[in-house]
Amino acid sequence: MPGPAGDGGAASAGRDDAHKGADVPRDGDAVLDAEFFLRWMNALAQAVNREAARLTELDAAIGDADHGTNMQRGFTAVTAALEKDAPDTPGAVLMLTGRQLISTVGGASGPLYGTLLRRAGKALGDEAGVSRAQLAEALRAGIAAVAQLGGAKAGDKTMLDALEPAAVALDESFAAAREAAEGGAAATVPMLARKGRASYLGERSVGHQDPGATSSALLIGTLEEAAR
Amino acid sequence: MTGVVGIVLVSHSAQVAASVADLARRLAGAGDGVPVAAAGGTADGGLGTSSELTARAAHEVDRGAGVAVLVDIGSAVLTVKALLAEGDELPERTRLVDAPFVEGAVAAVVTAAAGADLDAVVAAAEEAYGYRKV
Repeated sequence: MPGPAGDGGAASAGRDDAHKGADVPRDGDAVLDAEFFLRWMNALAQAVNREAARLTELDAAIGDADHGTNMQRGFTAVTAALEKDAPDTPGAVLMLTGRQLISTVGGASGPLYGTLLRRAGKALGDEAGVSRAQLAEALRAGIAAVAQLGGAKAGDKTMLDALEPAAVALDESFAAAREAAEGGAAATVPMLARKGRASYLGERSVGHQDPGATSSALLIGTLEEAAR
Repeated sequence: MTGVVGIVLVSHSAQVAASVADLARRLAGAGDGVPVAAAGGTADGGLGTSSELTARAAHEVDRGAGVAVLVDIGSAVLTVKALLAEGDELPERTRLVDAPFVEGAVAAVVTAAAGADLDAVVAAAEEAYGYRKV
């Protein structure tokens, strides 16, 4: 595995003015603070807005055509909540985001993404700054909780197909995680859906990219944007 | 133990939840004896599941003897599971029941009306899966 320079140290560059935590270590490793997590969630909200029509289109093929709208509703609430009362630790940013998603999305992606982020946030605890490796480990804890909640596993044509490889690649770099997530989402195209409404379609679910894996690729892809 | 078990019906549709609640109450002849609450659709009246409506309904029917939550499909199941995992969103002794929605609701309300405890109400609703129609 490459050293801290693998990410170009971008995450920690030049954001000292925006710091809230008093003693966030700055040792050259990419220390991710609350500001980073807020940038991440805001970039994700923008990406969801940008891609909402595409997510809904993908969901129209094998689901009930509301994934984009639902995610947009959820992240509009997230953005408002984070703006109103910006949490000052990475864990708290993820917990608040997860909670907003569970209560506002209205579809299955609410409890699924809510559980992913809340569990990851819980795993990060109340540290003011975390490393990329800690984030990767926290995401893996969140992913395990999602798998348990939905009873799904990799290969079932779900968000896990994007998240699982991404959480492994995140140990290497944000860019590697994005590529792994996008590759994972693309890999759902030939899969047979085994979970959710798409599973009722049987063979007809083959040939379409999974909307949940696609939005998961946005979640992972925006990490790189937040690190810039 | 005091109190009667409360029943919550979570559906993607407000009409389905309300109608099944009405059906179960009438078939059980429960009158107002069993607290049954419908949590259907999203908070803004659309199709989907609302964790807020669900949590509110569960607190509304809680009489101290526990709450049995019956759900229809997909996000209804996941939402209730996620709420239970939160730990503090639903009344203590709230159980997600693995039962068919309509038949399970009727069995749960009839059993609760007879004064049964939470375990018995849950068991009665789950047994509804065993009733073969063909």
